[in-house]
Amino acid sequence: MNGIHDIGGMHGLGPVAPVADEPVFHHGWEGRTLALNLLCPTRANIDGRRHERELFPGDRFLVTEYYERWFESLCSLLVKEGTLTPEELASGKADPAAPKATPRLAAANVDAAFSAPGNTYARELGQAPVFEVGGRVRTRRLNPAGHTRLPRYARGAAGIVVHWHGAHVFPDSAAHFRGEDPQHLYTVRFSAAELWGESASPRDFIHLDLWEPYLERA
Amino acid sequence: MALRVKALESLLVEKGLIDPEAVDAVVEYFEHKVGPRNGTRVVARAWTDPEFRNRLLADASAAAAELGYSGRMGEHIVAVENGPDVHNLVVCTLCSCYPLPLLGLQPSWYKSAAYRSRAVIDPRGVLEEFGVALPEHVEIRVWDSTSEVRYIVIPERPQGTDVLAEEQLAALVTRNGMIGTALL
Repeated sequence: MNGIHDIGGMHGLGPVAPVADEPVFHHGWEGRTLALNLLCPTRANIDGRRHERELFPGDRFLVTEYYERWFESLCSLLVKEGTLTPEELASGKADPAAPKATPRLAAANVDAAFSAPGNTYARELGQAPVFEVGGRVRTRRLNPAGHTRLPRYARGAAGIVVHWHGAHVFPDSAAHFRGEDPQHLYTVRFSAAELWGESASPRDFIHLDLWEPYLERA
Repeated sequence: MALRVKALESLLVEKGLIDPEAVDAVVEYFEHKVGPRNGTRVVARAWTDPEFRNRLLADASAAAAELGYSGRMGEHIVAVENGPDVHNLVVCTLCSCYPLPLLGLQPSWYKSAAYRSRAVIDPRGVLEEFGVALPEHVEIRVWDSTSEVRYIVIPERPQGTDVLAEEQLAALVTRNGMIGTALL
């Protein structure tokens, strides 16, 4: 979706303001919000969760704190999926008639679960990759209303394939419960001039990881 | 916000969806058990052990796991190496993807609209805001983390550090150095 989250290449958002010796969380609720997001089961996978955060209202997106958006998105997802009713969310009290679940992850297992190797997103795929490393490709001009990982600033642009990662879960499908639909994933190198015009530095290059359906031969 | 988060937490606990002590454990994990220190050890090992460096450049997730560092958001790590003529810079323009097992949670600036918008269109200007002025001949490679692949920068080893042991070298490596917004 062409949302405000897709921000690469915009101007006017101020200088970067690094903070020295920043705490991991600025407020206690930030850490708890992240933890609730990571612990609470949802039907949505990582892509669906990400898409839910993209659906945060665009007119409030830039003026709302990062973890506040994570909080709102979790609430809206849990209601959408029927895990919580709007009444439960409003009152903070569980419907006494609702069945009680069992937590998936106990405190004693958190460290092991979080530091264990994560689940790979790579998948076996019968068909061979269409593009080869060193080959020239062009990104398609796609404007899907749903989730995509092809940023606006890199659409319709020509670049060189510099790496092939094998096939990975395709977010455009997985975010919308249409299955993993694995697709070959490539790292594509674009010159800054290709993306931003001839005034860009000839020695700047931008690399993006792009799935095969985003690409055509150039 | 604190009250709203507390209310949601209580509700999820009441419904049996989460273990309240697990919430404490997750916060503890991110505050104390994972962080850029992990990445600094990986970099120091790469500086001192050419074989490890080669394995890191070939498959950074596997190489980091040799040192005991793995976990979510680190399934497909790629290490990119700075040199006299090449400087790497990592960003996620679409959200805030970051190599969590090696660097911990993102600093605020990495998640900010200012950084995410300009790192791809004006990397040299962004670097100047971090006090990094690169000579014009240096090639800048920006890595926009659009997939589950996560990037970490191997900074250049500072000169005059030949006598230092691996542990001392790790202490020279900074988080920003591993994102590409600092030189060592």
